[in-house]
Amino acid sequence: MSETPFLVLSAILFTIGAVGVLTRRNAIVVFMCVELMLNAGNLALITFARTTGTLDGQIAAFFVMVVAAAEVVVGLAIIMTIFRTRRSASVDDASLLKY
Amino acid sequence: MTGFQAPNVEWLTLSPLLVVFLAAVVGVLVEAFVPRAQRYAVQVGLSLAAMVGTLVASLVVFARLSPTADEAELGRVVAAGAVAADGPAVFTWVLLSVLGLLSVMLFAERKVESGVLTFAGQAAALPGTEAEREASTRGLSHTEVFPLMLFAIGGMMLFPASNDLLTMFVALEVLSLPLYLLCGLARRRRLLSQEAAMKYFLLGAFSSGFFVYGLALVYGYAGSMGFAQIAAAVSADTGSRALLLGGIGLMSVGLLFKVGAAPFHAWTPDVYQGAPTAVTAFMAAATKVAAFGAMLRLFYVAFGGNRDDWLPMVWAVAILTMVVGSVLAISQTDVKRMLAYSSIAHAGFLLTGFLGIRSLDEVAPGGLTGVSAVLFYLTTYGFTTMAAFAVVSIVRDAGGETTHLARWQGLGKESPLVAGVFAFLLLAMAGIPLTSGFTGKWAVFAAATAAGAWPVVVVAVLMSAVAAYFYVRVIVLMFFAEPVGDGPSVAVPSALTTVVIAVGTLVTLVLGIVPGALIELLGNVGVFIR
Repeated sequence: MSETPFLVLSAILFTIGAVGVLTRRNAIVVFMCVELMLNAGNLALITFARTTGTLDGQIAAFFVMVVAAAEVVVGLAIIMTIFRTRRSASVDDASLLKY
Repeated sequence: MTGFQAPNVEWLTLSPLLVVFLAAVVGVLVEAFVPRAQRYAVQVGLSLAAMVGTLVASLVVFARLSPTADEAELGRVVAAGAVAADGPAVFTWVLLSVLGLLSVMLFAERKVESGVLTFAGQAAALPGTEAEREASTRGLSHTEVFPLMLFAIGGMMLFPASNDLLTMFVALEVLSLPLYLLCGLARRRRLLSQEAAMKYFLLGAFSSGFFVYGLALVYGYAGSMGFAQIAAAVSADTGSRALLLGGIGLMSVGLLFKVGAAPFHAWTPDVYQGAPTAVTAFMAAATKVAAFGAMLRLFYVAFGGNRDDWLPMVWAVAILTMVVGSVLAISQTDVKRMLAYSSIAHAGFLLTGFLGIRSLDEVAPGGLTGVSAVLFYLTTYGFTTMAAFAVVSIVRDAGGETTHLARWQGLGKESPLVAGVFAFLLLAMAGIPLTSGFTGKWAVFAAATAAGAWPVVVVAVLMSAVAAYFYVRVIVLMFFAEPVGDGPSVAVPSALTTVVIAVGTLVTLVLGIVPGALIELLGNVGVFIR
């Protein structure tokens, strides 16, 4: 089976994630879009593991998942703190630091 | 079916990393089991011991590299090919242990906040609430900052030594995640601090998304994560070039974000301003060392074979970074923000040195390679910027640090010594002779010119002149303007901050007057192995 559909799908997911980060306002949604980008990377890694016949890509996908989980811990802590302080998780509201 | 073969780990070579990570894990246990009253002493002692230990271990590993005249490739690949302990990597280990040691001292400073750390008493207590006031009156401090910092240092040391893409990605995250948290832990101006943490986190996670996808594409091109295999695939030029170029582009987004190069610099001023000043000092000095070390290894080792493809990109980024950093710094009214833009400009100068890539046979014996020049510049810049931020942390008024430049007027009359030291450090950043800033700039410009990147060097020299303007403006403000109102006051710090400022200033002076020994040392060790 050709690997092209998988790569196209992963590129589409990556693009959705990147566009989402740039356009969405809610910090949680922005963060979910980042996770989507990481998962697009995972899909590409696994596809390439299949095409190149090596295991490195599958192993890397596991590491990326673990890192993404650790990132959730840190990220949600930060976003929760901001939300409790400001009663808002909008990335546009946090604008004290500028210019 | 062959039996299991244990991988070749070489624990001694890895010992600097292991010491740091072990101390960080022990630090987490200390938080759980040691009574609150003793945690500060235990954590500071543990962190200082860890940094001294890793410094000694790094020096031992460094000494074992023993440069022999005819051997071009020094060092060894350990941990089953995941870590390359060669000259540049071990040099960054030594440098990061020293900078880490100074950072622990800055973090541990309690005198300027009258007996508590400059970090939030209780990060979970909302700003302006009863809970926060209670945490403040009970004198609570988050001693978790020490293990967090050790984890970050460990990631930073692994980053430039990683010998495959996966290790590099994991190291990138291990150094970033603690830093995101540290940024949000300021005791004063907590809204700014939390905002800085959120911006840094979201943009940092965004850039690691690019890094992962680029990593996947390069893996698809080469069929392996190892840098040596990627380099072999690049020279054989067998795979799809679209994958390779796309991968290089996406991965450089992730790395250029970490070094704070334009157009991925937008986080730098906000985070540097909002983060606690001790954390800013640590980030500005140590993250740059780690990220540039990793960038050098990735591009020189893995992608050295097709450098004609990516060099134009680095030319453009270097020029843009220097212009953006120097020009935008002129209009800044906040000291930390101005130093942040100055760090962007310095990232541009470092990228100029990065352009000094040449094949080994092109380099005259004893000549400066791009690697040696960048490592030398990182040494000079790391110490100067750490001392500068340490000075910022002791200029205070009733509301905490006074970072607005208007409040720095007449500091020279209030405290000639502190103002004098800060002026010297600013002159070093501007690159005035007899400071390390001058020798550092000379080294990167020489390396870039030798590799034919003279147009970038011309821009760099022009931008140094622009940058000198805003550094000198601050000096004029401090010495030749009358204090406004009650003026700034300089808190008397404990010996910890004093040592950081003294060491940073001394290194700035010494490397400015006698840089020869260090440059010669870097000339001997400045070769990557594969």
